Amino acid sequence: MKGFTSRKAPYLFIAPAIILLTVFSLLPIFVALFISFTDMDLAGLADYSNLSFVGIKNYINVLSDPVFLKAIFNTLFYVIIGVPLVILTSLGVALLINLGKSKLFKVFRVVFYLPSVTNVVAVAVVWAYLYNPAFGLFNYILESMNLSAIPWLTEPTVAKISLILMALWRAVGLNMIIFIAALQGIPRSYYEAAELDGANTWQQITAITLPMLRFAIFFVSITTMIGWLQFFEEPFIMTKGGPLDGTMSAALFIYKNGFQLSNFGYAAAGSFVLFIAVIAVTLVQYKVQNKESDY
Amino acid sequence: MNSNKKDKLFQWIAGIVLTLGGIMFVLPFIWMILSSFKTESEVILIPPTLWPQGFTFENYKNLFENMNFAVYLKNTLIIVLFAFFGMFLNAMAGFGFAKYNFKGKDGIFFMVLATMMIPSQVTMIPVYLILNKMNLTNTMLGIVLPGLVGAFGIFLFRQFMTTIPDEIIEATRLDGASEFRTFVQIILPVSKPILAVQAILAFIGGWNSFLWPLIMANDEKLYTLSVGLSLLKSQYGGNFALQMAGATFMVMPIIIIFIIFQKNIIENYTTSGLK
Repeated sequence: MKGFTSRKAPYLFIAPAIILLTVFSLLPIFVALFISFTDMDLAGLADYSNLSFVGIKNYINVLSDPVFLKAIFNTLFYVIIGVPLVILTSLGVALLINLGKSKLFKVFRVVFYLPSVTNVVAVAVVWAYLYNPAFGLFNYILESMNLSAIPWLTEPTVAKISLILMALWRAVGLNMIIFIAALQGIPRSYYEAAELDGANTWQQITAITLPMLRFAIFFVSITTMIGWLQFFEEPFIMTKGGPLDGTMSAALFIYKNGFQLSNFGYAAAGSFVLFIAVIAVTLVQYKVQNKESDY
Repeated sequence: MNSNKKDKLFQWIAGIVLTLGGIMFVLPFIWMILSSFKTESEVILIPPTLWPQGFTFENYKNLFENMNFAVYLKNTLIIVLFAFFGMFLNAMAGFGFAKYNFKGKDGIFFMVLATMMIPSQVTMIPVYLILNKMNLTNTMLGIVLPGLVGAFGIFLFRQFMTTIPDEIIEATRLDGASEFRTFVQIILPVSKPILAVQAILAFIGGWNSFLWPLIMANDEKLYTLSVGLSLLKSQYGGNFALQMAGATFMVMPIIIIFIIFQKNIIENYTTSGLK
């Protein structure tokens, strides 16, 4: 018997991955739930005897914490503005690229995909410079067109939109590719039949393309929404959650309380609220999707 | 005739719209690269110069001589190596799920997929506490372990390996090869297409890793390029040319790798059949 015998083999093959996933993905859920009912902080981390149960106090406190409520509001703002923007933009780009007949259109796939492979931190540093009120390129362009400068990152609501624009720029690529893949899966004969019936391009898009893309749109909206709920690096690098907590996201709130203030129990309670939101959003979307595909 | 003309017009409009959008999409990169070769006094000129007037490599020299970018680069490359190792573990698990029948298989596989649903913010704090308990904070192992394997990678390997014919595996078994040798010598070579894509993604993921190094590393000797760059931004907020040099240094390798392999990456999504 050398190496892996065939009865033990499958377990040995999956063991490393399963152990790592258990320790770093599944077990943490229970640990997080447990510590969200304790006052875990640096003292508790050093010696577990300093740990005491506080019941649902963390949850009550976090739900009445104005900064957390603001973070939830901002996160909803990101989701409500960001998700439709990402879907419309990437679908639009995908449709245009897919309708193009020249080879040149393949180049556009690369151009629009490029931002999504690049590093968030580097990109955030670059955009912070572009957004700079005094030396930034964007305000210079606006002023040279005789438009007034925009307080990109210094006014709470504008700052949220600025972060959304940057994240949109990064999000279009991957979702565009998903849409292009789905578009290429639509049988050509559908369009030929529609053309014979005299349907124009716009009618073909609304009557054939969009209904056929339902699953892709569903998939993109779910993943995009979960992504926005976890919005973190962009506000962390560009605004630190400011001005006046105007760009603070739920994820950044959890990070700040956990790793900068070491209120682990409190942050864990916040993270569970976020987790429940993610699950709820997914379930609602799933229900809506099921209903739509009934007919 | 008429519809042909219309179609031509439409092609032109689509081309023009995409070109304008494309210019906007690459503009931040172009501005980043050009600014990285300007002097600090030139980047804050109003009106700004497009082409660097006093073309200089000073900013890049600064990154390595006065800042610790050499250390950050070394750490980042170590993380990339670990990411390749993690990909190997994903491939092993994918093979286990694809080609064997064993007790509890469906349940375990479902559990693997379920981990994709868990947001990283929920696991962030408990994973830190677990690693702290294992005395792995502020170590390289602590930085790489949490993200070493991933459900999505396992899933993609499983999908691909299910399509490998059983006969190939049976034949090597009859030759007396061990199961692990079968995996390394038969399965991995056959899985080249998926390995190529996963390797590129592993490189990009490792090169870009930010969150765990940020949380686990207490001092600069374990910082990655991402963490180092965010430190640079907060310490030298006004030195835009220096920041752009750091950003260019991080982004350019990825852009080059992506442009070389873009066919594999984009086709992977197109053929993986999301329809």
